[in-house]
Amino acid sequence: MNQQANSATAAPEEAAQYLTVNLGNEEYGVDILAVREIRGWTPVTRIPQAPGYVLGVLNLRGAIVPVLDLRLRFGLAREEYTATTVTVIVMVNGRQFGVVVDAVSDVVEVAPGDVRPVPDMGTTVDTEYLKGLTSVAERMVLLLDVDRLLQPQDAQMLEAALASSDVKAVA
Amino acid sequence: MSKVDLAQFHKAFYEESLDGLDAMEQALLALDEGAEDPELINVVFRAAHSIKGGAATFGFTDVAAFTHVAENLMDEVRSGRRPMAKAVVELLLRSGDTVRDMLSLSMAGQPAATAESQALLAELSAMVSGHAAAPVVAVAKAAAAAEAIEGWDIAFRPFDYLLKSGNDPARMFRELEALGPLAVTCDASKLPALADMDAESSYLGWTLSLDAGAKRAAVEGVFDWVDGDCDLTVTPRIAAPAPVAEVAAAAAAPVAAAAPRAVRDPAANSESSSVRVGIEKIDTLINLVGELVITQSMLSQFNDGVDASQLEMLRHGLAQLGRHTRELQESVMSIRMLPISTVFNRFPRLVRDLAQKLDKKVVLDMRGETTELDKTVLEKIGDPLVHLVRNAIDHGLEMPDKRVAAGKGDTGTLRLEAFHRGGSIVVEVADNGAGLNREAIVAKAIQRGIITTGEGMSDEAVSDLIFEAGFSTAAATTDLSGRGVGMDVVRRNVMDLGGTVAIRSVQGSGTTFTITLPLTLAIIDGLTAAVGDEIYIVPLVSIIESVQVKPDTVRSVAGGGELFRFRDNWMPIVRLFDVFGCAGQRRAVDEGIVIVVEGEGTRIGLFVDELIGQQQAVVKSLEANYRRVTGISGATILADGSVALIADVTGLVRMQARRKAA
Repeated sequence: MNQQANSATAAPEEAAQYLTVNLGNEEYGVDILAVREIRGWTPVTRIPQAPGYVLGVLNLRGAIVPVLDLRLRFGLAREEYTATTVTVIVMVNGRQFGVVVDAVSDVVEVAPGDVRPVPDMGTTVDTEYLKGLTSVAERMVLLLDVDRLLQPQDAQMLEAALASSDVKAVA
Repeated sequence: MSKVDLAQFHKAFYEESLDGLDAMEQALLALDEGAEDPELINVVFRAAHSIKGGAATFGFTDVAAFTHVAENLMDEVRSGRRPMAKAVVELLLRSGDTVRDMLSLSMAGQPAATAESQALLAELSAMVSGHAAAPVVAVAKAAAAAEAIEGWDIAFRPFDYLLKSGNDPARMFRELEALGPLAVTCDASKLPALADMDAESSYLGWTLSLDAGAKRAAVEGVFDWVDGDCDLTVTPRIAAPAPVAEVAAAAAAPVAAAAPRAVRDPAANSESSSVRVGIEKIDTLINLVGELVITQSMLSQFNDGVDASQLEMLRHGLAQLGRHTRELQESVMSIRMLPISTVFNRFPRLVRDLAQKLDKKVVLDMRGETTELDKTVLEKIGDPLVHLVRNAIDHGLEMPDKRVAAGKGDTGTLRLEAFHRGGSIVVEVADNGAGLNREAIVAKAIQRGIITTGEGMSDEAVSDLIFEAGFSTAAATTDLSGRGVGMDVVRRNVMDLGGTVAIRSVQGSGTTFTITLPLTLAIIDGLTAAVGDEIYIVPLVSIIESVQVKPDTVRSVAGGGELFRFRDNWMPIVRLFDVFGCAGQRRAVDEGIVIVVEGEGTRIGLFVDELIGQQQAVVKSLEANYRRVTGISGATILADGSVALIADVTGLVRMQARRKAA
C-alpha cells in the first residue's frame, strides 16, 4: 500500500492526463499514455481456463488481444452490454489488453499534488488496483493502476500452472 | 580521422566466406567427377581469392595466409601449369574444411592457426611448384624463417586507376600504422598541372618506413587488394641473424597477433540470424506497396461519402485492395522461403566421403533443389536428412560385390528429391539397396521387448518399428550410423515441425523414406469444428480420420471417462466441450463426430459436435498479449474477423495421460 502512495507522489512534476471511464456511479481514471484505442463493444472469443473476469480474446488488426470486464474484475454485478459499452485497449509493458467499461466520459488533467492516497474505504473496489484518488470539478475520480489489472495474480497463476504441468520448457 | 570499426562487417564476411566455401566445394566435387569446365576452376579460384582478400582486410592473417597458398595452387591449375588431379581436388576439399574451421575460430575470437591447419598449409605449400608461386611460398617460409627484422622500407606507387578500384591508400597506411610507428613520405613529382588533372586518378607515390619487426605476411597483407595495381617493393631492415631457437616463437606470433583483434568484438558471436533475399523479391514487394498506395489514394476520395453513381468505382477499388493485400501477403511470406538446395548442398560431399570410407559405390541423384521451404523448417530438417542419408549408405546400400551377386549394378543410387504435394513439401530419401530386413527387425523388436511376436504384422507395421526408441539393426555399431540420434529422433524432429515420416521398403530393391512437411509454420491446414456455441480448429497433420460413433461401441469407465472401439482398439474419447468448458448444449456421443488424432504416438478421439470445413489458418500467438493455455496452441482469425482457437493435440494427449494417471 505504501508503495502505491509513493508511486503517486513520485510522479513527474507535470500534470498527467487521465481518461475517465464510468463503472456504475463511480468514475475511474486511466493513464492516457497507456490507452491505445477506444472501441465499441464487440463479442469476443472465450478462452478456456481463464479467470471469470477475462471475457475472451478479440482480433485487433491481426493481434490476438485478451479482454477483461472491469466490473467483474472489481467484483461488481455484471451489466448487459449496450450501445455505450466500450472496450478501452491499453498497452502495458508491451502487452495489449482490452478493458470493458460502461462508458468513457472525459479526459482530465491531474497535477501530481492533487493525487491523494486511497483510504481504506467502503468502495466496492479492492484498493489494490488503485494508485490514488483525486477530485475533478467536485467529482471523485479513482485512478487505476493499469499495470496490475491483468497482473500479478495472473502471473502467479501462470507460474503455478506451469509448475503443475509437466510440460517441458518452451523451446 | 575516426577509425571505421571493421568488426561490424565480420558477420557479413563470415557468411559470404561460407557461401564461397560451399560454392568451392560444389565445383570441386563436379571436377572430381571428371567435369572439364574451366568455369568450375574459376569458381574455386575466385572463392579462395575473395576469402583471402576479406580475411586480410579484417585482420584474420592466418586465414589470409592459408587461402593465399590455396589460391596459388588453383592459379597454377587455372593457367594450365598443373592438371586438376584427384590429389589436388582432395587437398583442396580438405583445405576448404580447414578454412571453415579457421573462420569459425576467428569469429569466436580464438587463434585460427591450429596444428592441423599448419600441417595442411605445409602440404599445400609443398604441392605448389617452386618458383612459379615464389612470392607466396616466400611469405609462408618467411613466417617460419624467424628473421630478426627491425623494420620495413616500402616503396609504393599505385597505377593511376587505383582509386577507381575502390582502394584507398590512406586506409592501407592506417593499417600499417597499426603494426608499428610509420613514417610516410609522399612523392608528388608526377602530379600534373591542375588543369590537366583527372580527379579520379592517382598521381602520387609514397615511401614508407615502418619501425616494427612485423612479419612480411602482415606487411604485404596490407597491399593484398592492390596486388597488380601498383609498383610495390617491400624490403626488410635486418639487424642481426636470429638464433634458430626462435622459430617456434615466431611461428606462434601471428596467432597472438590475430587473437586480440578478433576478441575485440563480442557482437560477432551473438546469434542473430538473417535471411538473404533475392533482389527480385524485394522489387515485387516495392511494386505491390506502390500499387497499394495508389489504391488507397483512389479509395480516399470516398472519405466524404459515396453517391450511387460511384458505387461501381468503390466496388472496383475494394476488389483491387483485396487482390493487392493477398499478393502482398504472399510476397512477404515468400521472403521467409528459401530453396531446399541450401540443405541439399551438403550432401554431395557427405555422400562422396561416406562412400569412400565404406568402399561402396554411390551415385547421388538430387532433384527439386529449387523447392522452397520456410527458413525455420529448413534449419531443422538438415539433421534428420543427414541421418537418413547416412543410414541409407551405411545400412541400405550393399557392398559392390554383394550388389553384383544380387544381379544389380555395382553402383548404388541414392535419390534425394523434394517436391510439392498439396499444401505440403515432400522430401524423399530413396536407395536401391537391400531394403529393410523384416526378419531382423522383428527379431530385434522381440529382443528389445517392443513386441512379443511378429506374426500377423503388416510390412508397414514392421517398418514402423525402426522408429521406436533405441532401435538399431546394424549388427556392429559403425562409426557412421548407429550412434547418437536414431530413427526415433528423426521422427520426433519431423513431428516437431508438424510433419510426418513414412517408410516404403521392398526387400532386395530398396527403401524410400518420405518426409512430409508443412510449407510454413505460420500457416496450418486445419479442420474447423463446432463445439457447443464455439468453434475450434484441429490441425490437419495430426488427424488420422473422423468417425461417427455408434452408442454401442462406447463404454463408460469409472471416473467418468469414455472409451470407444476404433479398429479393434479401445481409445479414450476426449470431449472438447468438457475440456474447454464450452458454452451451449452438451451432446450425446452419437450426435457428434469423433476426430481421431495422434500426438506423440498416442491416439485419442476428440469429440466435437460437428465438422464445419477445412481451411488454412494463419497461426497467431496467444502468449504475445495473454498467456499460454493448456490444450490450445494458438489462435487464428476466421473469415468474419472473429477469433478461433487452435487445439493443441499434443497438449490434449498429455492432459488425457495425466488424467488417466491421476
